[in-house]
Amino acid sequence: MLKVGFTGALRSSVNGHAQVDAQASTIRELLSGLVQRYPDLAEHVEQGIAVALDGEIYRDDWSKPIPDGSTVFLLPRIQGG
Amino acid sequence: MSHDTSYTKQKFKLIGSRVNRPDGIDKVTGRARYGADASAPGQLVGKVLRSPHAHALIKKIDTTKAEKLPGVKAVITSADMPDLTGGNRSMLDILENCMARGRALYDGHAVAAVAAVDEQTARQALKLIKVTYKRLPHVTDVDKAMQPGAPVIHDWVFTSGVDPKPEKASNIVQRNQFGHGDVEAGFAEADVIVEKTFKTEQTHQGYIEPHACLATVGPDGHGDLWVTTQGHFHFRQVCAALIGMDVAKLKVTSSEIGGGFGGKTHVWMEPVALVLARKANRPVKLVMSREEVFKATGPTSSTSVDVKIGAKKNGTITAAAAELRYQGGAFPGIWGMLGAMTSFACYDLKNVQSVGYDVLCNRPKVAAYRAPSAPMAAFGIESTMDLVAEEIGMDPVKFRIKNAAKEGTQASYGPVYGPIGIGPTLKAAQNHPHMKAKLRKNQGRGMACGFWFNFGGQTCTDLNIGVDGTVSLAVGTVDVGGSRASLGLIAAEELGIEYEQVKVHISDTASLGHNDTTEGSRGTFSSGMAAIFAARDAKDELCQRAAKMWDIPVSAVAWKEGKAIAKGKRHNNLAPLTLQEIAAKSPNTGGPIAGHNEVVADGAGVSFASHICDVEVDPETGATKVIRYTVVQDAGKAIHPDYVEGQFQGGAAQGIGWALNEEYIYGDDGLLQNAGFLDYRIPVCSDLPFIDTEILEIPNPNHPYGIRGVGETSIVPPLAAIGNAVSMRLACE
Amino acid sequence: MSGFLVSTKINGDAVQFACPTDESLLDSLRNRAGLTGVKEGCGTGDCGACSITLDDRLVCSCLVLAAEADGREVGTVEGLSDGMKLHPLQEKFIEHAALQCGICTPGFLISAKALLDKNPKPSEKEIRFALAGNLCRCTGYDKIVRAVQAAAKEMRKK
Repeated sequence: MLKVGFTGALRSSVNGHAQVDAQASTIRELLSGLVQRYPDLAEHVEQGIAVALDGEIYRDDWSKPIPDGSTVFLLPRIQGG
Repeated sequence: MSHDTSYTKQKFKLIGSRVNRPDGIDKVTGRARYGADASAPGQLVGKVLRSPHAHALIKKIDTTKAEKLPGVKAVITSADMPDLTGGNRSMLDILENCMARGRALYDGHAVAAVAAVDEQTARQALKLIKVTYKRLPHVTDVDKAMQPGAPVIHDWVFTSGVDPKPEKASNIVQRNQFGHGDVEAGFAEADVIVEKTFKTEQTHQGYIEPHACLATVGPDGHGDLWVTTQGHFHFRQVCAALIGMDVAKLKVTSSEIGGGFGGKTHVWMEPVALVLARKANRPVKLVMSREEVFKATGPTSSTSVDVKIGAKKNGTITAAAAELRYQGGAFPGIWGMLGAMTSFACYDLKNVQSVGYDVLCNRPKVAAYRAPSAPMAAFGIESTMDLVAEEIGMDPVKFRIKNAAKEGTQASYGPVYGPIGIGPTLKAAQNHPHMKAKLRKNQGRGMACGFWFNFGGQTCTDLNIGVDGTVSLAVGTVDVGGSRASLGLIAAEELGIEYEQVKVHISDTASLGHNDTTEGSRGTFSSGMAAIFAARDAKDELCQRAAKMWDIPVSAVAWKEGKAIAKGKRHNNLAPLTLQEIAAKSPNTGGPIAGHNEVVADGAGVSFASHICDVEVDPETGATKVIRYTVVQDAGKAIHPDYVEGQFQGGAAQGIGWALNEEYIYGDDGLLQNAGFLDYRIPVCSDLPFIDTEILEIPNPNHPYGIRGVGETSIVPPLAAIGNAVSMRLACE
Repeated sequence: MSGFLVSTKINGDAVQFACPTDESLLDSLRNRAGLTGVKEGCGTGDCGACSITLDDRLVCSCLVLAAEADGREVGTVEGLSDGMKLHPLQEKFIEHAALQCGICTPGFLISAKALLDKNPKPSEKEIRFALAGNLCRCTGYDKIVRAVQAAAKEMRKK
């Protein structure tokens, strides 16, 4: 079981929760599972989302496995300059 | 989570050495070719007509006289750039920013363009285009744009992130909130609370090379684009989509780039050049003037920031809150959100909240500028940190060290940190000789911290070994600051050969798979990672070939110090084979030897810096001069220390300019008053001292060599470091 | 087009071209003489990227009419090296990593040479003020000044 945190405007897509429980072994699985539960999240995933696993931000690698017990955070996709 | 620490024991032969860069001679002899340095037979000169108004309806554009002028081969308006975005709002924003669609949204917004046989004819043609405008009320200040009653830029913008969703359109694009804990309870516990508002003005990346491109599109839908850019693959994708070309049929070649800093990560006039080229069926060279660069590319946001920090007398911060308002120009952006995310990232806080607003106004479409949005947020937070430290009577560095984030801290923007460098950079700054140096009359000292995310991204690399054993490394990340040298070192290190045997090239879009833009401090990190894996791929192949040459199983072959060696009692009498020897025989052992890698280089790791600054303030005029500056920053692993130092120094100089001189000045008429280097004054050589640097190496567990991105973080602390230094000097009165 | 025939010497070579009377020397050098080492950064004489010497005088070529080069000698970055042998300034710029993107480098080399030709032993302050007309956005000038100091030292040995 993973604890998944949400920041910023993503919270309003998951009924205002700051954190939900989820089960997934990869980032792709996590995102598709969450979108099924919270359809409003689909728009954000479409526009761009980043996933932080234990502090490291992953923007593209959705096949990344999520180790059991990781701390997961969903963030808007960000860019640099 | 366990980290891969296999690199920490690595002894490098070449990594960390200060070699000459491979493109050095071209650049000191004038041979290197930048965006405006290419020409094609039959080329036309492109020029853009721009709105002289901050906000206006475009009632009519009459191009008939311009089209009739001898020597004019194409005239275009938005009518020549139909909406092919299929409802993709952000793509339509880009299209509309490249060429106004019925409404000019800022001073300098493109409304038409021409291609003609020479400069004079093109200029004349622009004068012959008659545009009928109806001026509209405008707003250019971020706070004013948020007020009810302000002219609304887009009637389809309804603030997201607020509950209930508004029924009226406004200039507030979105509200984003980050943080955790209970700030109200935290402030109630505080012995001391400091609350302050800060404003920062808009600045430009200020690259010395204006945007320039040479575009060719044939009637068969095939095209070429030579362009100065930070991301030629991204440009290919966007341009092809906007003008209706197949991606594979548009070949984009990146020229050498004369500075970008985020400003060349987006298209501004490239789609316009391609459409002109297609309409004229001739190559079109389109180069921006410096005035156009200031008015119509992507400066950074101007902001308004409220900060509130509460602490106990012993120095523990009990609560921290900020509201940040960022204008993104005439189109929605995420800048306020980014500012809110970076706000308190350096600190370990139990109760923290940052709220970011993204606001529209009649200014150019904001683009990323080196650690976008972080410098302004840091200015507010770091200045307030000093004020709190002063209130409780604590040394500002000690105060920061006490509250610094560390491994296991929940960041203010959400995730929990792994191993990070803020503590070490603070300690290093505290112990730096600069901190102990004596200050003279009228001088003050300040320090500040900074944070940036750093990114990885899609990367693709080819490593080809010639028959003489020299190595060609083809990468797709544009070299903005000297990364070719670092990538050459990496390839040579992995293969165990001399640096001089490797030549690094930046490939065009036809020759490699997709590579993400060089931004987010990702160039050396990502292409370095891909180069390592491509080299390891090549080493496997080299061992295969050696096995064939010796006629032994490949399991008995290993690669060591640039040679294939035969292992085991049965074969170790065989003399090692050098890379050259294997390469020379390659035609007979299987053909060309190469290594290849595609990787999504994620896990780039966050970056922290601490800066120390001494200023001298003229007591009569207030003129402020920076007399000493030190940058301490974590690089993970400095592949080529000269270029890491260069990033630290360059970012610091930009931050110093931002703090002391640079600002966009908009008049009441909504027009940009200082669109040139005379009145938009960036630091010159005589403004600055030598900039000392200290590179810390806290390895990044997600990279084979421990590399962290370094390009951006150094612009984050200077605004506050200088502000704090000046405040200290004034406090001494 | 009414034109002007310019007969000039560029880096020691006789060159002739015709151009409109209002064309800048910068544009003529880049578009007619084929010398793209000189760069336009601003077109208004504020950035120094177009620095050249005109009869040994350091000027911004964007502020000079091409016609003014008629009968005069022009020096550009392409004329700094002697065949395969780089000028000490060019060598030191590479050695000291005094360039990142390199767009300002030709201008700096011309300005630095103009300084060292007049003042072979400049102080740090003199170097900084002599180069204050050349903008660099990448380096913060630190390594540029060090490179000029090193080149000056090298040149004094000869």
